[in-house]
Amino acid sequence: MDGAWIALLLTLKVAGWATLLNLLLGVAVGHALAHRAFPGRSVLDAILTLPMVMPPTVLGYYLLVLIGNHGPLGSWLQATFGINLIFTWQGAVIAATIVAFPLVFKAARAAFEAVDPQLEQAARVLGVSELAVFFRVSLPLAWRGILSGLLLAFARATGEFGATLMVAGSIPGKTQTLSIAVFEAVQAGQDDVAALLVGLTSLTCLAVLLAAGKLAPGYTTRQTPR
Amino acid sequence: MNTPACDGAIWDIDIARHYRHGQRRFDLALQINSSAGRLVLFGPSGAGKSQTLQMMAGLVRPDRGHIRVSAQTLFDSAAHINLSARQRQLGYVFQDYALFPHLTVLQNIAFGLARGWRNPARNISHSEVERWLLALELQPLAGLYPAQLSGGQCQRTALARALVTGPKALLLDEPFAALDRPLRLRLRDELRDLQQQIQLPMLLITHDEDDVAHFAQDIVHLAHGRVHAKEQS
Repeated sequence: MDGAWIALLLTLKVAGWATLLNLLLGVAVGHALAHRAFPGRSVLDAILTLPMVMPPTVLGYYLLVLIGNHGPLGSWLQATFGINLIFTWQGAVIAATIVAFPLVFKAARAAFEAVDPQLEQAARVLGVSELAVFFRVSLPLAWRGILSGLLLAFARATGEFGATLMVAGSIPGKTQTLSIAVFEAVQAGQDDVAALLVGLTSLTCLAVLLAAGKLAPGYTTRQTPR
Repeated sequence: MNTPACDGAIWDIDIARHYRHGQRRFDLALQINSSAGRLVLFGPSGAGKSQTLQMMAGLVRPDRGHIRVSAQTLFDSAAHINLSARQRQLGYVFQDYALFPHLTVLQNIAFGLARGWRNPARNISHSEVERWLLALELQPLAGLYPAQLSGGQCQRTALARALVTGPKALLLDEPFAALDRPLRLRLRDELRDLQQQIQLPMLLITHDEDDVAHFAQDIVHLAHGRVHAKEQS
C-alpha cells in the first residue's frame, strides 16, 4: 500500500506549495485592492474571484490553452528554459494555486479593509516607512483573517480534482494526488484501495482542522484582560 | 510673553483645500499666524478643525498654500515642497488615540523608535521610553494591551508615544473629549504644565470652551472652514 502514502505525500506537497504561493499572491493582491482605488477595481475583483465560481474543468482548459506546449506561455517556457509544465507536479501546483487563490485573496482583502486606517496613519506620523507600516501594523492586524483564508485554501487545494486532472493528468507517483487516486481506484474496482485512500484523506482533513483550532485562539488570549 | 517678529512665528499656516463628497462640497481656507506655545483651534464640529490638523501632519495635501512650524517649511505649493508625514517629525495625538491593539503599552510607546520592519520587543529598554513611562505614570501598565486600559491611561499612552521620538511640535485632536469631567480637568492641567516644562509647541483642537479657557495662549475660532476670530488669552 505504498501507493497510498506516495499519493498522500504528493497531495501535501502540491497543496503546501499552492498555499505558500497564495500566501504571497493573495496577500499582495488583497492589500493592493483594499488600499488603492483605481478605475476597473470591481471588474478586476470579479475576474480574480472567477476561479471560485467556475467549474474546475473550465479552469483546467484555460490553463491547458495557456501553458500547454502550443500555448503562448507554454511554448515560451519550452523555448526559453526548456520547461514543460503539463503532466508534472508543478503543473498540479499551478492548477491548485489558481483554484484556491480567491479564498486567500478575498479573506486578505476583507481583513486589510477591516484595519482602522487611522492606525496606519498613526504609524506614518511616527516616522516609519511604508513597508514597516505594512509589516508592523496592517499585516499583524489582518493576520487572523488571512490565516483562515489560507487554511481554507489548503483544504481546497488538497481536494482539488478537475483542473489538476486536466493539466497534470493521473500519473501514479508523479501527479496522482489523493482525490484523483480515489477516483481511479473506484473506476478500477479496487474497493480496498479506495477505502484506504478515503480514510487517509479524512484523517488529513481532520488534522488540518485541529491544527486550525490550535492556531486561532493563541492570538485572542493575548488581548483579553487578565 | 515672548514677542517674536512676524517671521519668527511658531505657527505660520496659510492653506486652502476643496472637499467633495458626492453632492456635498466644503471649502477650507485659513490663515493662522501665531507665536503661542499653546495654540487652540476652537469651533463646532464641521468647522474644519480635524482637516486642518491632518494637513499639518501631512496626511492630507492642501490644494495650495504653505505650512511652516518653527520656521521650518513642511509644505509650500509654490516652492513644490511637500514633506511626507514621516519626514515632518510632528507628534500627533488622535481623538480616539489610535493605539496599536496588538502591541503592549511599552511597545506602543517605543513604536516610533524602532526602525526597520519589526516591532519593538516586548521587553525593549530605552532611556527615552523609560523617561516618559515615568513622567506619565505608566510604568505599572507597561505590559498591558490597549484593550485593558481606561480612557485616561490610553490618553497618556498616546501622549507618551507621540513625545518619545522628540517631535518638533505636538498636534492634539480633541485629546480630552473621550474622558469624564474630573479626569479631563486633571489631564488638561497636566498637559499645560508639561508644555511649560519642555517648551514644546502644541496645537490643540477642541469644541469645548473650557479647554480654551484653561489651556490656550492663543485661540483661533473656526467656522465653516474659515477663521472667524483670533484672540489672545
